[in-house]
Amino acid sequence: MLQLPLLVTAQVDVVLLSVTLLSMWSRLSHLSYPNAVVFDEVYYGQFVSLYMKRVFFVDDSGPPLGHMILALGAYLGGFDGNFVWNRIGAEYHSSVCVCFLRLCPAVCGALCVPLVYLLTLELHFSHLSALGAALLLLLENSLIVQSRFMLLESVLIFFVLLAFFSYLRFHNNTHSWFRFCWLLLSGASCAAAVGVKYMGVFSYLLLLGVALLHTWDLIGDRTISHLSVCVQCVCRAVCLVVVPVLLYVFWFYIHLTLLHRSGPHDQLMSSAFQASLEGGLSRITKGQPLEVAYGSQVTLRSSASQQIPCWLHSHKANYPIRYESGRGSSHQQQVTCYPFKDVNNWWIIKEPGRQQLVVSSPPRPIRHGDVIQLVHGMTSRFLNSHDVAAPMSPHSQEVSGYIDFNVSMPAQNLWRVEVSNREAESESWKTILSEVRLVHVNTSAVLKLSGASLPDWGFRQLEVVAEKLFKAHSSSLGWTVEEHRYGTSQEQKEREAELHSPTHIDVDRKISFWAKFLELQWKMLMVKQEDSEHKYSSAPLEWITMETNIAYWLHPSTNAQIHLIGNPVSWSVASLTLLAYQLLAAVYLLRRRRGFKDLTDSVWARFVCLGCVCVGGFLVNFIPFLLMEKTLFLYHFLPALCYLLLLCPPLLEHTHTYLLRSGTHRRALCVCVSAVLLSVFLAFRTFCPLTYGSPELSANQLQALRWRGSWDILYRRR
Amino acid sequence: MAKEQCTTQWNKTGDTSTLRNRKIFPTSEETLQAPSTSLSKDKLSQTAGHSSEDDTQSSNGAQFSSRGNPSKDPPSRVLLMLLVGLSFSTRLYKITEPPHVCWDETHFGKMGSYYINRTFFFDVHPPLGKMLIGLAGYMTGYDGTFPFIKPGDKYEHHNYWGMRGFCAVLGSCLPIFAYLIVLDLSQSQTAALITATLLIFDTGSITISQYILLDPILLFFIMAAVLSMVKFNQQRYRPFTASWWLWLVLTGVNLAGALGVKFVGLFVILLVGLNTVSDLWRILGDLSLSLVEIAKHFLARVVGLILLPLFLYVTIFAIHFVVLNKSGPGDGFFSSAFQSRLIGNNLHNASMPEYLAFGSTITIKNLRIAGGYLHSHWHLYPEGVGAKQQQVTAYLHKDYNNLWLVQRPDESESQSGTPDLVRHGDVIRLEHKETTRNLHTHLHEAPLTKKHFQVTGYGINGTGDKNDLWQVEVCGGHKGDLVKVLRSKVRFLHRATGCVLYSSGKTLPKWGWEQVEVTCSPYLKETPSSQWNIEDHINPRLPNISLSVLKPHFLEILLESHIVMIRGNSGLKPKDNEMNSKPWHWPINYQGLRFSGVNDTEYRVYLLGNPVVWWINLASLGLYPIMAAVAAIALKRGFSLGQKRIEHSHVLMRKGGLMLLGWLLHYAPFYMMGRVLYYHHYFPAMLFSSMLTGITFDILLKSSDLLIRQPYCDWMQRLGQMVLLFSVLYSFYLFHPLSYGMKGPLAHEPGSAMAHLKWMDSWEF
Repeated sequence: MLQLPLLVTAQVDVVLLSVTLLSMWSRLSHLSYPNAVVFDEVYYGQFVSLYMKRVFFVDDSGPPLGHMILALGAYLGGFDGNFVWNRIGAEYHSSVCVCFLRLCPAVCGALCVPLVYLLTLELHFSHLSALGAALLLLLENSLIVQSRFMLLESVLIFFVLLAFFSYLRFHNNTHSWFRFCWLLLSGASCAAAVGVKYMGVFSYLLLLGVALLHTWDLIGDRTISHLSVCVQCVCRAVCLVVVPVLLYVFWFYIHLTLLHRSGPHDQLMSSAFQASLEGGLSRITKGQPLEVAYGSQVTLRSSASQQIPCWLHSHKANYPIRYESGRGSSHQQQVTCYPFKDVNNWWIIKEPGRQQLVVSSPPRPIRHGDVIQLVHGMTSRFLNSHDVAAPMSPHSQEVSGYIDFNVSMPAQNLWRVEVSNREAESESWKTILSEVRLVHVNTSAVLKLSGASLPDWGFRQLEVVAEKLFKAHSSSLGWTVEEHRYGTSQEQKEREAELHSPTHIDVDRKISFWAKFLELQWKMLMVKQEDSEHKYSSAPLEWITMETNIAYWLHPSTNAQIHLIGNPVSWSVASLTLLAYQLLAAVYLLRRRRGFKDLTDSVWARFVCLGCVCVGGFLVNFIPFLLMEKTLFLYHFLPALCYLLLLCPPLLEHTHTYLLRSGTHRRALCVCVSAVLLSVFLAFRTFCPLTYGSPELSANQLQALRWRGSWDILYRRR
Repeated sequence: MAKEQCTTQWNKTGDTSTLRNRKIFPTSEETLQAPSTSLSKDKLSQTAGHSSEDDTQSSNGAQFSSRGNPSKDPPSRVLLMLLVGLSFSTRLYKITEPPHVCWDETHFGKMGSYYINRTFFFDVHPPLGKMLIGLAGYMTGYDGTFPFIKPGDKYEHHNYWGMRGFCAVLGSCLPIFAYLIVLDLSQSQTAALITATLLIFDTGSITISQYILLDPILLFFIMAAVLSMVKFNQQRYRPFTASWWLWLVLTGVNLAGALGVKFVGLFVILLVGLNTVSDLWRILGDLSLSLVEIAKHFLARVVGLILLPLFLYVTIFAIHFVVLNKSGPGDGFFSSAFQSRLIGNNLHNASMPEYLAFGSTITIKNLRIAGGYLHSHWHLYPEGVGAKQQQVTAYLHKDYNNLWLVQRPDESESQSGTPDLVRHGDVIRLEHKETTRNLHTHLHEAPLTKKHFQVTGYGINGTGDKNDLWQVEVCGGHKGDLVKVLRSKVRFLHRATGCVLYSSGKTLPKWGWEQVEVTCSPYLKETPSSQWNIEDHINPRLPNISLSVLKPHFLEILLESHIVMIRGNSGLKPKDNEMNSKPWHWPINYQGLRFSGVNDTEYRVYLLGNPVVWWINLASLGLYPIMAAVAAIALKRGFSLGQKRIEHSHVLMRKGGLMLLGWLLHYAPFYMMGRVLYYHHYFPAMLFSSMLTGITFDILLKSSDLLIRQPYCDWMQRLGQMVLLFSVLYSFYLFHPLSYGMKGPLAHEPGSAMAHLKWMDSWEF
């Protein structure tokens, strides 16, 4: 019956397979040791917990994909988010599945090794070179350490390598249409790399540059029809530009969908954003009337893009008659911006000609351009400004709470409402949604949060001024109504009671995903951490020579410890390779320009491609750090290091094949290479105890491992 | 193929002599390398004196320069004169208005005066600009007595017009230089005219040229360098002739000038450098040249563009140090050795006890360049920053709080008579004279450098604990050596922890009064940061000896002043409250700078570019990449284009590219700068962008025949040029009060004449 035998032919690259297995073993074995919080796990862990609890947070260190990948591991392990991440070295409970928390980065780290193998093959170098590159990566202690914990570098490295590998796959497969799948994969991994850390952007740009050069060659190929060129260009643009951008936005979409509860960083976001989260502000503002009307009771939140939110505030204390500097003040009631919710944050909107402080029925909404007075709820002072220098910013006007006790200064308490994000000219003033500016009618100064804080007499609250000069888009000029209700009580006593009671009534309002995305992304880029030096921080130029290490973990009672220390041999080999490639490339270039073709065109193209990917990759992952002003650590160097390790074996192969002519030289090179490989292995063995944290070493042994004077290795005195 | 095209072209241009044909004379390299025709051989006799080897190229070059340069024709000379007239009249009009100090005149005018008075000062910019201002003032009879205290001060009888006039004259050269550059690059009079018009009628360029500022001088040197570079490029086919050398040397001189005025000059050096590298690359690829000749080319450029500017730059500093020989406000920034040069400084011909002794009052200066004096004051470290004890910092200015007493570790006051001298290895206690606290360190993290320990002032009236003890070590000394004042490098080793007193050079935040951090470093490597010298030394019980301090070498002074300048520059951090300008504001003319006058009664000048000009520039920045991409793709795909259009594409891509590069180099780096930025930093980039606009719009208009048929497209072209001209002129008419002063109510107030001109909310005139 069966004419043909049923054949399954499988080709297995045994080398690739064994390298993969080795790397899995080196990265995944004993993953749950140490059973304690290691270094930056303390930082990432809190976000994983928040994901598990679906609580919204803002992290300025990177886009959300990296955190989500870590959270995925936690989800698989059934982690419920109940762990307090407060210090490095804290023991995990038995309920925390340490193994799963660390699984994703470890798998990514392990997969980097076979990826490097494949990438070298795609660069058209031999299997031996590929094996060399894979071994160098496999035996690099720092990469192992960084993969084995809940950290993001290995994930970043994995995606970047994957992007280059799949792009080169695409490029080398010239004819099948299937190759566009590889291009798509490349675009997707670029998006993932950028989604894990912003540093991925630079690798993405490099890849775009390489792709652009290849496309430029395609455009220059006159044997292909115009139509075909157009189609190909569009396909490439879609795969490498449109898809990554969309995917990047998609990460945020998942992030925002997952995190729908209000949490610790709510205050950073605008009122509208906060209102879209469950709990928090939305619980308070639920059911507030939408349109602000005459007689409304409101709290006004400053829209200034600073870390702490604050509300327009006044209290029963006057400006001092004279400041320390000797300048005088109006000695009227202070108006400040106060970073906490307080009953003194309530203001009542009053129509200038009318005495009542209640909302008429039907309510008369306030529109853009209307003139109002603002009455402080608890003290009944009017918001006032006049030509007196403000306490901390003397070039601006003072803002005070005014009441007519026959003082010499006349009232100047009329304010014009300007809705700055209006769509129509007669737009009404809406709770939460509208950002308004209050323009002082007499002087046309604008109510502004100056950013300075008052000294002790002002209880260190923030200064509010009216700025004469009309500077357009400064967010410190904008104010938003956050809590709002229609006032009903005429009497001061009743009103005070009313102000103390919580707000009520209900309307649902939502903002679109795009608005949320843009706001979140903007906030993440703008929020600045205070950069202070860390005990283990280091400068980029120290990384090349590995001046510093980082102590990740120390056993609470013994000398067992884990350090981020690279393999010193491969580290120095890597730096030398970089130098050698650049020298060689310079010599080749000059000689080619003078007409000496040492290499055939295809070999030269291969050499250049190697340089573009590896040296280029190193540069884009290293140079930006030189210009950065934030706290940097040795682990930031690891992506760049991978490229150098990748560069080394192909360069040796090139030397072997094209530079060394005589057999003796070649044999000598082989001997050298094997000696170096052996010493790489020995160095790896030597530092293993610091990489895996076991076995414990004695103080003398640790002392012996301190190869450089600047390394900090800890040991207990006994 | 190329040869044929070229020869036909040659004949055509040989016959006719109208302006139109000259414009389309080929500028691309291939066509120029064509063999000489009989016609050019004739010309050769006129430009004799070349080796036969260079014949073909030099003759072509001669050909090129004699006919390819329309500026030699009488009509274009008239045009040039017209531009010169317009440029000078717009810049010099109302030059003495307002008769008070405007904006940064308060700095640069003051520094000009310092040169006239020969007083030493410190500034973050190199000295050439201020020297020229001082010179101009001196020549026109300004005596250097006006104090320039703050903007708004009236000049009264002081002669300030000379300094302003000097800046304005340099500023007037800019449109002319731009005209010549664009003319050389594009060989098109229209393009050059567009550029010149934009610049002459730009209110921003006018305003910035009219005051005593460094910018007009800087811009002058930048443009002059670019002009000489372009001229030098044009001489490429007749190397080593007199004019070739002339332009090479001029480029070098102008580069030195640009760098000598402000460090922004580095960007134009980069531009010229890149241009030179690509030029050398071309020469290297020319296989007809021998390696020796290439080496000659290379060396000539090294001499002209590196060694010569370097020499001039160093000379500027030499003059600076020779002229300024009196002590002044900038002394404290510099090392003890440097200060001893200045007449009036307490170290000049100093006389003090020679060896450090117990009981002396001293100041201790860090040896790191611009290291500052060891300082303490009554303020404590704030909560959360180590122990809440008294701050110890390094301070750059001279102050009573820099004084320390050298004490024995035990309380026993030494008996009268000659005090004991301090020797290498002795243990001392340093007591702060003003607050009587001891210099102290302990195992707390330092405020900024977390790897080091915190240094504090501890104890009272000299009573502290054992953490107050320091061991004196003379660098390179042995046990028992005496400590020489001013000349010994000293380290202070902490007895208890073994760390060494160190100045990290990092600026403390506000609580530390932005002084420099002092720590105790556990890393014992000898660096200047951990070495100190004793500067002042007062001990009434010791005889004073006149010390001739080691005079510093000139190169040491040079290096030192540069490090001080760079540190000063990076120290100009934006303050929190101040509205600061962001680089993206600049090309869109988002916000200007108030030069003078705040309220409605004052004479107000507002530095703001003519919005029409700036927005045209912005448009061309958007347009250029598109046009260049289209041209590049068309060439790459091998579309059949006419000769004229190929030429346009080359001008667009190469010459336009050069200008775009110039713009990028003068603009992009500002995004990475941490220092405080101002609107006027964009002006160098704006000049490049205007030149790019000239080239882009010219070619855009000339390409109108792609869409419209022959006679109409010429009309179209003329119409486009006219519209451009009139819109610029009209907008200048509208906005000229910005530069020439306005009075009356502010623009956002009712009744202002300028109200309708407030096109953007952010403008504040």
